[in-house]
Amino acid sequence: VSIVLNRIDDRLIHGQVVVGWGQPLDIGFIVLVDDEVAASDWEQELYRMGTPPDMEVHFHSVADAAAVLDRYRADERPGILLTGTTASMLELVKTAGIREVNIGGIHHRADRKPRLRYVFLSPEEEQQLREMASLGATVTAQDVPATHPMDLSEVLGSEASVQ
Amino acid sequence: MSDTTRASIRAIVAGHGDFAKGLISAVEAITGRGSVFRGVSGSGFSAVDLEELLRREIADTGATVVFTDLQAGSCTMAARRVLRDRTDVLFVCGVNLPMLLDFALSTEPVAMTAARHAIERGKAAITSVGGTPT
Repeated sequence: VSIVLNRIDDRLIHGQVVVGWGQPLDIGFIVLVDDEVAASDWEQELYRMGTPPDMEVHFHSVADAAAVLDRYRADERPGILLTGTTASMLELVKTAGIREVNIGGIHHRADRKPRLRYVFLSPEEEQQLREMASLGATVTAQDVPATHPMDLSEVLGSEASVQ
Repeated sequence: MSDTTRASIRAIVAGHGDFAKGLISAVEAITGRGSVFRGVSGSGFSAVDLEELLRREIADTGATVVFTDLQAGSCTMAARRVLRDRTDVLFVCGVNLPMLLDFALSTEPVAMTAARHAIERGKAAITSVGGTPT
């Protein structure tokens, strides 16, 4: 499997992804799965500008991603799969056989409760993460490689048991 | 002799963690002109909130120059989003201390012109010596 990280990050491509993970993992490509970005040339250009020239970026909608992910998995280079939302990642867990999910950054919003410094979750998002786990995915939170991954159950607090 | 009035804000410095705060404190320590800059930290913000914060800081301060730290960084991404409709603002990516010092000390009345000079100074300030294998 050449996709070494399946990451939920509402900032999509940024320093932590390109440098923090990208350099130590020697990342050759990023598959960015987001409906809004997939529909906007301007957004795609913005993310391409933020990516080093030796790192490819591919854009797909959530609906298209399942059909093309095997192609990326056959790539010899290590790659990162990125989604901006828990909903998109849940869909990929269901349709594209994703078994490991990294919560990389979901930031403050009015309807979200703080869980970690870089993780804020709405009840719906919590439910979606639980569903990923119940479908057999290992869900952990980790912003950068130098920190320890934290299990979903820890992220959601001791009272929240993962089914 | 000494000018006790604080220099007004001419530029925003935005970056990861305490990068901006650190750079500005260094400018203040060296020149006493740290107040030329408003610092912004991108840490802990969503892309949407960071863009909004940057827009607000530009509007509040009237700054026409924004310095950011890293190409792929979220502050730079936010700056590019702002640039979409604020083409009157100059965005400079890859800021360093010599660049900010040159900008802070510039007597050039137009901030953007001062920034263009500072960019060249910042680029030229990167040097290396030594490293000969023993």
